[in-house]
Amino acid sequence: MAITEPTLSRRGLARAGAAVATIAAIGAVEAVNNSAAAQAKATIKVGILHSLSGTMAISETTLKDVMLMLIEKQNAKGGLLGRKLEAVVVDPASNWPLFAEKARQLISVDKCAATFGCWTSVSRKSVLPVFEELNSILFYPVQYEGQECSRNVFYTGAAPNQQAIPAVDYLWNESKVKRWVLAGTDYVYPRTTNQILEAYLISKGVAKEDIMINYTPFGHSDWQNIVAEIKKFGSAGKKTAVVSTINGDANVPFYKELGNQGIKATQIPVVAFSVGEEELAGIDTKPLLGHLAAWNYFQSVDNPANKAFIDSWKKYTKNPKRTTNDPMEAHLIGFNMWVKAVEAAGSIDPDKVIDALIGVAVPNLSGGYSAMMPNHHITKPVLIGEIQADGQFNTVSQTPGLVVAQEWSPYVADTKDLIGDWRAPLKCGAFNVKTGACSTGKKA
Amino acid sequence: MRRLFAALLAVSLLVLAQPSRADQTEDALTSLGTPGFDNVREGVEQLATSGHPRAAEIIGALQAGLLFVNADQTLFIKQGDDSFVSASDGKATTDISADDLKQVRVNNGIRNAIEAALGGLRLFSPDAPTRLEAAEAVYKAHDPAALPALDQALAKESNAGVKTRMLEARAAALLSAPDSVEGDRIAAVAVLRARGDIETRGYLASLSDQPPAVAAAITAALTSLDRLAQIWSVAQSVYYGLSLGSVLLLAAAGLAITFGVMGVINMAHGEMVMIGAYVTFVVQQFMREHTPGIYGTSLLFAIPLAFLVTGAVGVAVERCLIRFLYGRPLETLLATWGLSLGLQQAVRSIFGANNRDVDTPRWMSGATEVGGLTLTWNRMYIILFAIIVLASLMAALRYTSLGLRMRAVTQNRRMAAAMGIRTPWIDALTFGLGSGVAGMAGVALSQIDNVSPNLGQGYIIDSFMVVVFGGVGNLWGTTLGALTLGIVNKFLEPIAGAVMAKIVVLVLLILFIQRRPRGMFPLKGRAVES
Repeated sequence: MAITEPTLSRRGLARAGAAVATIAAIGAVEAVNNSAAAQAKATIKVGILHSLSGTMAISETTLKDVMLMLIEKQNAKGGLLGRKLEAVVVDPASNWPLFAEKARQLISVDKCAATFGCWTSVSRKSVLPVFEELNSILFYPVQYEGQECSRNVFYTGAAPNQQAIPAVDYLWNESKVKRWVLAGTDYVYPRTTNQILEAYLISKGVAKEDIMINYTPFGHSDWQNIVAEIKKFGSAGKKTAVVSTINGDANVPFYKELGNQGIKATQIPVVAFSVGEEELAGIDTKPLLGHLAAWNYFQSVDNPANKAFIDSWKKYTKNPKRTTNDPMEAHLIGFNMWVKAVEAAGSIDPDKVIDALIGVAVPNLSGGYSAMMPNHHITKPVLIGEIQADGQFNTVSQTPGLVVAQEWSPYVADTKDLIGDWRAPLKCGAFNVKTGACSTGKKA
Repeated sequence: MRRLFAALLAVSLLVLAQPSRADQTEDALTSLGTPGFDNVREGVEQLATSGHPRAAEIIGALQAGLLFVNADQTLFIKQGDDSFVSASDGKATTDISADDLKQVRVNNGIRNAIEAALGGLRLFSPDAPTRLEAAEAVYKAHDPAALPALDQALAKESNAGVKTRMLEARAAALLSAPDSVEGDRIAAVAVLRARGDIETRGYLASLSDQPPAVAAAITAALTSLDRLAQIWSVAQSVYYGLSLGSVLLLAAAGLAITFGVMGVINMAHGEMVMIGAYVTFVVQQFMREHTPGIYGTSLLFAIPLAFLVTGAVGVAVERCLIRFLYGRPLETLLATWGLSLGLQQAVRSIFGANNRDVDTPRWMSGATEVGGLTLTWNRMYIILFAIIVLASLMAALRYTSLGLRMRAVTQNRRMAAAMGIRTPWIDALTFGLGSGVAGMAGVALSQIDNVSPNLGQGYIIDSFMVVVFGGVGNLWGTTLGALTLGIVNKFLEPIAGAVMAKIVVLVLLILFIQRRPRGMFPLKGRAVES
């Protein structure tokens, strides 16, 4: 660009003008900040830490929406402690280190009283040190691998014994399955879960050669020979089932390939721990008829509380086709528990709320009450459902009562003696009942 | 089950109904209407043996999810026009509303019972394909009680294909029966060995408590089946490799034009694929609303439309962005990377973050068996489609005037310009062509992968690998590169696992590039030297 003399001076002029404008703008911003500060005294901030872009957006965006709905409803009821709730939404963009940064921002800058967020276990592991260091509260709504018990995290999703183990038991008892394929995505949740399941199956007397373990990368789309291998594995003369910890997008091509290669649920059933109504919305479910999923909630659960929740969700999203799923229920339970605990503590001080949360019970959507246990996990019913032609689940089995979470797996040698109990005398996340030593929430 | 087939035989022999028959029908229908999976299952089994003239229809309705029950446990079948008829006599009912009815639900156990029951009931159907299906269902149930009915049906059977299936079903039933003689058992093993599919292998392996001679025959059969399966599995892996290769080829063909011919590092290439997949979704939505009659052909409409839409996007991108960045590869890389994120987020805002449901037409679902090979239809069509796309792309470059100009511009831009070719427009059209091909790939990928905003990301790295491996600027090289990578991957996967296979392929590729930096088929000539 050729610059001539006159333009230069004109530029200088413009620069001066801009400076004046900036000063004025700063003044305006200051004024806005002041009024915001005044308002902040009146509101209680709630952090929402879910990816709104990137790979996990498919699952997490819904959770952000459900949190906004819950906060709106609470405000309509008059807020909390006489103050309005205010949602602070950040987007960690499916980027695990960014989760930690955003968490720090929510706690230190925005001064959120509690944060609801994370989906994948890596993201939780990434924010965990931040919540512990800054002493804040995280509600984690997704089923996970267990082996963790932090003072600052409340796990409203299922631990393995609230999902995986009952599902295996169901296949063992009902379908007399004797040969097992453990297929998963290659990251911490499937690997830990499969480790626990393998130990569990061996403890039940399953031979090593009757267990096939297979891992695939995130977003794997070419399942041809893995499905063929499963078919071959299933031809050894024993009833075979697939236990799938395949996560996210990769499920769709996996199920499509199962359908195309003609593997029916009546021959080799697949029970999945990460496939919910939301994931099925993207596939033609007719070939999947009868494949199973284990959760603590299904949209098809028939009771008034669930109906009311689904109606308000559809109304809030203005979309009559929106589905509900298990992590949404977990957030609903977690949020209601937090509200109750804050009311009981009469304060949003994290230490008081953390103590008040233990023992709080709120209604869940399958007709019972879920309670926060001293290990910071909640009690849940376990439901096994079969996929139907309309993409919903048909509950075929339900645990008679509520299941208490085992945060440390009794089937893994390293953790079988550990318990977590955050109540007064013990106050320990990983207490070894044999040695009496406490390794505070971290793995021994 | 055993009662089921015994009574079936009775029906087929036209034995007069016994007085208790009516009670049994009554019981069966009551069981079907009683909540609880065990009751329903019992109801299915009872109904199949009851000799009720509408048994097949009622069980069929249950299978299709059209059987409903009201508060008094009376059953109704839903008709195509949403009206209901009484299940027991088929008479129309007008005084029933859908609100009072509950669907009778099934689980896998009931599904098994349904299939066996329908198989038995339909063995005597006048329609040969139905009989074939029935024989297959009876085969899967391998219930010895089916033997009399099978013998009966075999005596009447004239269709050779159906007869084979029935003989196999008979063999399976014989082996399960506790009282079959040894000679029959050995003959049965031979029949099943001839059938030889993977399910049969499973069934043979599950047989225990056989006399020693039969057990030996089974072991021999299993050994020979396994040896055969091993040979077939090599062919199967080649097929999987070809199919993965054709997918890679489709994804990379467009890139071979934009990156290979034009030298533009287009990180937004995957997003063109993604847009193509979304075009398929929109076309299907539109056709479902407006032209449901020809819905099955929606993909044929989606292909040209995806080409046009993504081609237009490509031209626009070239005109608005890329043309300012020629000769600056780093900036192009960053700019197109930004563009790809922008396109993803735009699609996410328009269509939502969730996966979109793109239907697979019936003619693309399922699989066919050729010898020991399982060929899935969707993959077969994609291989075919890849061949067609490649052939038309080559023809377009070789025989059309646009192709001639493109080649001229690639080989010597200044000389082409001197000959009166408007090189900027040729650049735009070339980029549009590459993008359009990517869009068509998107239509194919919508059949095997998720239609989500992230669809393209999964293919961009693989596409670059294919183009670099094959030799930049050479379509044959791209083809061979895609197929090689596909087949190597599929042979490694069973040995090393999917994750390791990817790593090994990448390492091998890097080593190869060290030896031959310009890929398998490097371009020669002045354009390259400069």
